[in-house]
Amino acid sequence: MTDTTKTTHKEPVAVVGIGQTKHVAARRDVSIAGLVREAARRALDDAELNWPDIDAVVIGKAPDFFEGVMMPELYLADALGAVGKPMLRVHTAGSVGGSTALVAANLVASRVHGTVLTLAFEKQSESNAMWGLSLPVPFQQPLLAGAGGFFAPHVRAYMRRTGAPDTVGSLVAYKDRRNALKNPYAHLHEHDITLEKVQASPMLWDPVRYSETCPSSDGACAMILTDRAGAARSPRPPAWMLGGAMRSEPTLFAGKNFVSPQAGKDCAADVYRQARITDPRREIDAVEMYVPFSWYEPMWLENLGFADEGEGWKLTEAGVTELDGDLPVNMSGGVLSTNPIGASGMIRFAEAALQVRGQAGEHQVEGARKVLGHAYGGGSQFFSMWLVGAEPPTR
Amino acid sequence: MTTTSRPPEVLRAPLVVEFPFTRSLGPVQSAFLTGLRERTVLGVRTTDGKVLVPPVEYDPATADEIRDLVEVAATGTVTTWAWNPRPRPGQPLDTPFAWVLVQLDGADTALLHALDAPGPDAVRTGLRVRVRWAARREGAITDIACFEPDDTAPGARRPAPHAGAFDDPVTGIVAPARLDYTYSPGAAQSRYINALAERRTVGERCPSCRKVYVPPRGACPTCGIATDEQVEVGPAGTVTTYCIVNIKAKNLDVEVPYVYAHIALDGAGLALHGRIAGIPYDQVRMGLRVEPVWTDSPTGGRFPDHYRPTGEPDAEYDTYKELI
Repeated sequence: MTDTTKTTHKEPVAVVGIGQTKHVAARRDVSIAGLVREAARRALDDAELNWPDIDAVVIGKAPDFFEGVMMPELYLADALGAVGKPMLRVHTAGSVGGSTALVAANLVASRVHGTVLTLAFEKQSESNAMWGLSLPVPFQQPLLAGAGGFFAPHVRAYMRRTGAPDTVGSLVAYKDRRNALKNPYAHLHEHDITLEKVQASPMLWDPVRYSETCPSSDGACAMILTDRAGAARSPRPPAWMLGGAMRSEPTLFAGKNFVSPQAGKDCAADVYRQARITDPRREIDAVEMYVPFSWYEPMWLENLGFADEGEGWKLTEAGVTELDGDLPVNMSGGVLSTNPIGASGMIRFAEAALQVRGQAGEHQVEGARKVLGHAYGGGSQFFSMWLVGAEPPTR
Repeated sequence: MTTTSRPPEVLRAPLVVEFPFTRSLGPVQSAFLTGLRERTVLGVRTTDGKVLVPPVEYDPATADEIRDLVEVAATGTVTTWAWNPRPRPGQPLDTPFAWVLVQLDGADTALLHALDAPGPDAVRTGLRVRVRWAARREGAITDIACFEPDDTAPGARRPAPHAGAFDDPVTGIVAPARLDYTYSPGAAQSRYINALAERRTVGERCPSCRKVYVPPRGACPTCGIATDEQVEVGPAGTVTTYCIVNIKAKNLDVEVPYVYAHIALDGAGLALHGRIAGIPYDQVRMGLRVEPVWTDSPTGGRFPDHYRPTGEPDAEYDTYKELI
C-alpha cells in the first residue's frame, strides 16, 4: 500500500472505456439486447477488455412505462455478460444515465468491485414517453400541455427574472446543432442549419420553438469504470473522477425554485467540494449539461455556478459556450441533438470523459483538463453530476 | 343491502394502464418467430455445443454472440409442470390446462408453453408431447397453439443446421401490456376533490412552515409533518407564469392556441396549473388576475374548466415572484 492509500478513504475511479451507438430515430435492425450489446462491446474494445474482465454490471433506463421493459437487469443479463455477476438497475427519471454511472463509480470507489460495466439505453421508437407521462389517473385533471408545456412556463419565468432577450434560446440551439455535425454518434446532423431557420421554426409551447427542443432517439451508452490497477493497464489515457454527487427534491413544494432548483445547486456544490473547485468558471474547462430545451443552457449555467444569478444568458450571448469559446458547453451537440432519454445523462458523463481523455475527435476542446458532466430529471427534481479530469485526484 | 348518501371517506376508482409496445426482434428472434410461422422450431447452438430453445442472441455462459441456428423436433418431453385450473383472459387456452416446460427432441433446454390435457391426472414429468400448430400463424409464440400428448418414443434426433432464412421474415412484434389497478388518492386528496365538487378549493396548512398546500398531499414535503388544518383558498388568483400551447393534444377537446398557466390562488403556498380563456391568448401576461369558471358539462368533472380575467389590475411582480 502506498502513502496515497493511507490518506484517502476512497479508491480513485477511472473511466477506461466508452462506447456509444450511432443515435438515430429508430434502430429497427436490433433488439433492445442487440442495442445495449453494441454500446457495451464498443466500451470493452475501447478499454481492450473482455467480458470476463468485468466484475459487475450497473444498468439504467427511462421509467418503466416509457417502453414497457420492467426488469432490464433480468432481461439483458446475457447480452451484457452479467451471468454469474452482480447486476443492478438504477432509476431516477431523466437523470438516470448520470445516477447509473455514479452508482457504478461508487462500487469501485468503495473497493467492492475492481472493474464495472455501466450502461444506459432507450429505444424511444418502441416506446411512448408522452403516454408514459400522462397516465389517466382518476380524479386528476388531465395534463394540459405535455413535456414541453411543463418546462416552457419555467423558461418564461427565467426570461422575466433576468430580462434575457428572447433570441438567446435560438443561439443555444444553433450552436448545439452545429456541434452535432462534428460528432459522428449524434442523432441530428442538420447540415443546412442556420440561425434564421431556428428562429423561423414553429412556436410549439411559446416561448419554446420546435428547433429548440430535443429529438426522440434510439441509442445506448456504456462506460468501463475501474480502479488504479485497472487504469494502469489502460491502453488509452483514462479519465479520472474528481467528484460526483446526486441530489433530489420533490416535484412540487411551496418555495420550489423551478428556474434554479436548490437540489441542483447543492449537487454542484458537493461535486466542487470533492474536487476542490472554488471558481468553477475559471477552473472547469468545458461542460456537457442536460439541455432538452435550449433555454436550459443559461438556466443551468447559473444553477451550476458558472454565472451569477441573472447572468447566464450573457455567457451564451457572448459566445463563451461555443465550441471555440472560453467555456464550451455541449460540444457533442447535447440532448438537443441526441435524446435516447434513459441514456442521455450517461452520454453527458461519457462525453465529459472523452474530452479529458483527448478522444473526442472533431468536437475535442483543445487542452480540456477538467470537464463537468450533468444530468437532471423528473420535474427538475433529480440531479446527478460528475467532474472528470485528465489527472488522478491528488488526495 | 344498504346504501348511504354520504361520500366515501377515501375515493377509489379503477385505473387501467394499457399500451401496445412494439419490439424489434433482431436476427435470432426474427428467425425463431418466422420459423414458427413455417412450422419450424429453431434453436441456437452455444459456444460449448448446447442447443437453446427458445434461442437467445448471446451465450448465457460465455457472453459470446451466438448465431448458429439449428432445427429441432416438434415433439418433446415434459420436464416439469403446474396445473392451471382457472385460465385468465389472454392465456393460451380458455379451458383448464397445464403449464409445461417442454424439452423438444434435439434441444438441451426447455420451452414454456401450455399443454392441453383433460386434467392433472393426465400430466406427468416425462410425458411425451407434440406441438399443436395454430391454424392461422403470423410469426408469434402463439403460432404454437399449445402442446398435446404424443405417443412417439423419445427421439435421438440430432438438431439439423438451419440458415434461419425465410421469405418475408417477421422483424417486429407488438406486445400489448395491460395493468389493472385500484387507485386511491388518499384521505387528504379525497377531501380536496370532494370540496371541488362543491366548487370550493380547499388546501391544507403545514403546522410548521405555515404554507398552504393545494392540492394537499397529507403532509408537507419540506417539513415532513402531517397537514390537518383545512384552508379554503381563492377563488381568485394570479398567473405566475404560462406558455402558449400550439400543439393539439390527444384526448383534449380544446382548440389551439391556448394558454397553459401556473396560477397561485389567493392564500395558496404554491401555484396549480390551469387553462386561461376569456381573453385573447396573446394578451395573457404574468401577474394577470383570474378566477375559475366552472361548467356543468359531464366531462367538466370536478375541476374548473378554465380561468378567466377578473378585471382587477395586474398583481405586482414582487407579490408573486416567490411563487414562480
